[in-house]
Amino acid sequence: MTTAVVSPPNENYLNAKRGVMSWLVTIDHKRIGVMYLCGVIAFFLFGVVLQVLMRTDLLWPDSQWLSRDLYNRFLTLHGIVMIFVFIVPGIPGAFGNFFLPILLGAEDVAFPKLNLLSWYCFVTGALLAVISVVLGGIDTGWTFYVPYSLQTGTTLLWPILAAFILGWSSVLTGINFVVTAHRMRDPRMSFFQMPLFVWSLYATGWVQVVATPVIGITLVLLLLERGLGIPIFDPTRGGDPVLFEHLFWIYSHPAVYIMLLPAMGVVSEIIPTFSRKTIFGYKFIAFSSVAIAAIGSLVWGHHMFTTGMGDTARIVFSFLTFLVAVPSAVKVFNWIATMYKGSIEMATPMVWTMMFIFLFSIGGLTGLYLATLGPNIHLHDTAFVPAHFHYTMLGGVGTLFFGALHYWWPKMFGKMYNQKRATIGAVVFFIGFNLIYFSLFLAGYLGMPRRYADYLPEYTIYHRLASIGGFIMAVAFVFIFWNLLVSLWKGEDAPENPWGGATLEWRTATPPPTLNFDGEPDLSRGAYEYPEQVEDV
Amino acid sequence: MTTHSLENAQNNNEDSHGHYDPMAAKMGMWLFLFTEGLLFGTLFLIYAAYATKYRVEFEETSYDLNKLLGAVNTLILLTSSLTMALAIAALHRGAKRLCQQCCGATIAFSLVFLVIKGYEWYHKIHEGIYPASQEVQLMPAGKQLFYGLYFVMTGIHGIHVVLGAALILVAMHFICKEKVTQERSVFLENTGLYWHLVDLVWIFLFPLFYLIH
Repeated sequence: MTTAVVSPPNENYLNAKRGVMSWLVTIDHKRIGVMYLCGVIAFFLFGVVLQVLMRTDLLWPDSQWLSRDLYNRFLTLHGIVMIFVFIVPGIPGAFGNFFLPILLGAEDVAFPKLNLLSWYCFVTGALLAVISVVLGGIDTGWTFYVPYSLQTGTTLLWPILAAFILGWSSVLTGINFVVTAHRMRDPRMSFFQMPLFVWSLYATGWVQVVATPVIGITLVLLLLERGLGIPIFDPTRGGDPVLFEHLFWIYSHPAVYIMLLPAMGVVSEIIPTFSRKTIFGYKFIAFSSVAIAAIGSLVWGHHMFTTGMGDTARIVFSFLTFLVAVPSAVKVFNWIATMYKGSIEMATPMVWTMMFIFLFSIGGLTGLYLATLGPNIHLHDTAFVPAHFHYTMLGGVGTLFFGALHYWWPKMFGKMYNQKRATIGAVVFFIGFNLIYFSLFLAGYLGMPRRYADYLPEYTIYHRLASIGGFIMAVAFVFIFWNLLVSLWKGEDAPENPWGGATLEWRTATPPPTLNFDGEPDLSRGAYEYPEQVEDV
Repeated sequence: MTTHSLENAQNNNEDSHGHYDPMAAKMGMWLFLFTEGLLFGTLFLIYAAYATKYRVEFEETSYDLNKLLGAVNTLILLTSSLTMALAIAALHRGAKRLCQQCCGATIAFSLVFLVIKGYEWYHKIHEGIYPASQEVQLMPAGKQLFYGLYFVMTGIHGIHVVLGAALILVAMHFICKEKVTQERSVFLENTGLYWHLVDLVWIFLFPLFYLIH
């Protein structure tokens, strides 16, 4: 694992080999991470374009700018791309792949070829999703609920195949990460000395392994039913559409934690670094990841409170949903306690992280409204729901994707970006984001249904505000990526440890050498021990 | 794709790191089997839901399946698990030839299983009983679902039998090429694990479809 190989000076993983082929067949986890990053960002921007098109249509109550049909297809594709291609693989695929082995003091993940295979699955799935639009797209929403998905005239084959293959990619990554944490860890590092980002990826890996096969086979069944007429969920042939919903959410709610846990891991790295202070409650944070993974797998029923399930089931699901808020809150309190009396530096990654805590708190607390049986009946299927999950997903996971991007960019590419511009981008995003989704909270509370291409004139003001917010946000994204890209040419060379971090990636060259470390990784200090930290008693 | 990924899961340690970590390969394989278990678990869950709702129809339809052929197939798969285990034991003792023979026997059993299963399917389809057929669509809902699940679950299991057999073939090739040896036997062991899973799933499928009345 830690053979003392010293690479020639100035050679790193980026310039060790050259040519497109050296990337396409690489088994270096860092290069695979970078390839994930490119893919994820490309498809993220594609999802943003769809968002802009839809929000433009929603500027007027009875707009026919996009046909209703096209709107429904864009809506579906936006969901599929953002969930399966951006949020699920985003942080684990790009930053997990790149940094998990380094944080463990390892040379690579446990199964490097499998890792490359999972990237290819990711790209194939993502492309299929896009091809499905060219072939007409589908209008079922990303949930593919039966019986409508059995009846719709649009082609289900490609998007479902896409989701299936992306699911495989996710499972392979999960298996790889779990085994890597167990087997590739530097023998001198115990499980409780692993950085918290690793813990969160470890818990995520388990959820990916446990939940994804369920949706995989369910989607296959849906295809078989549509393609070959095999009766499974079709109510006219005795099938039970609610069963489909159960199976769908048995995966898709845990999937929320597949998205969220890695983001929380990123917070646990950024906050100590920019507070120059050991993480508060290491074990609590570590175990809360595992607790979220465990409880989060048992709460799927709360998506189905209005399907007529029994009261006992509803109460149990409601209770469990409240319970999952506990480990999430434990994390937030620990992060805040970490900052307490720390020496806080508001660098760009820290700005994103602070936005995360703010936005995620709103997202989490409105989740409790929805988890409560009474309000749920009122709010179910209104715009309140998309507002809530965009606060958790984009405001939570998305902001941390950007946080992680700005945190690790210097290490990955060896260049410093313009921090002032990066922070301005973050703030503009924040304004746009709240404008969209806070308006949607209000519209939803007043009864605006989700997913609709049209609305009554009384909702015009909320939709207009939301659309303006959507445009502002899109501009912010472009600005942020432009700023990062420019740094590749014009940025100053990044030092080994620009932020004063204490985890292992900051104790190797920038960018890292092919084998991650020149010689043995330096484990003389713990993951959160800062030399300049003032001990408070 | 499954076979390919398994192969990778088991091989790459040796190739890319120059060190052989059978423990990692085993762990990866068990996690993979876990996903397979959940895949079939989902199917069993659907079965359970419908079998409860349409108990009478499920029991009646179950009469129409050929119990004898089902039982023979169960015996065949159980025996193939034995030959698979013997192949691994033989490799551990360095008996390369015996190991190859046992692997060959396992593949032969898998083929017999597939032939019998294929005959059963052919027979049903010949009678006009397949999921989208006129005949089935006129049946009561419970019977339709029974046949739907029967074809889907035995079909997906059949695919796994094919994949398992292909994997054993790959293992035999590796043994031939000395890539899998007495000291580096984890590929064959993992193949065995996969084969036992295939067997295990059938042990549940058999009573659920053939013996419930």
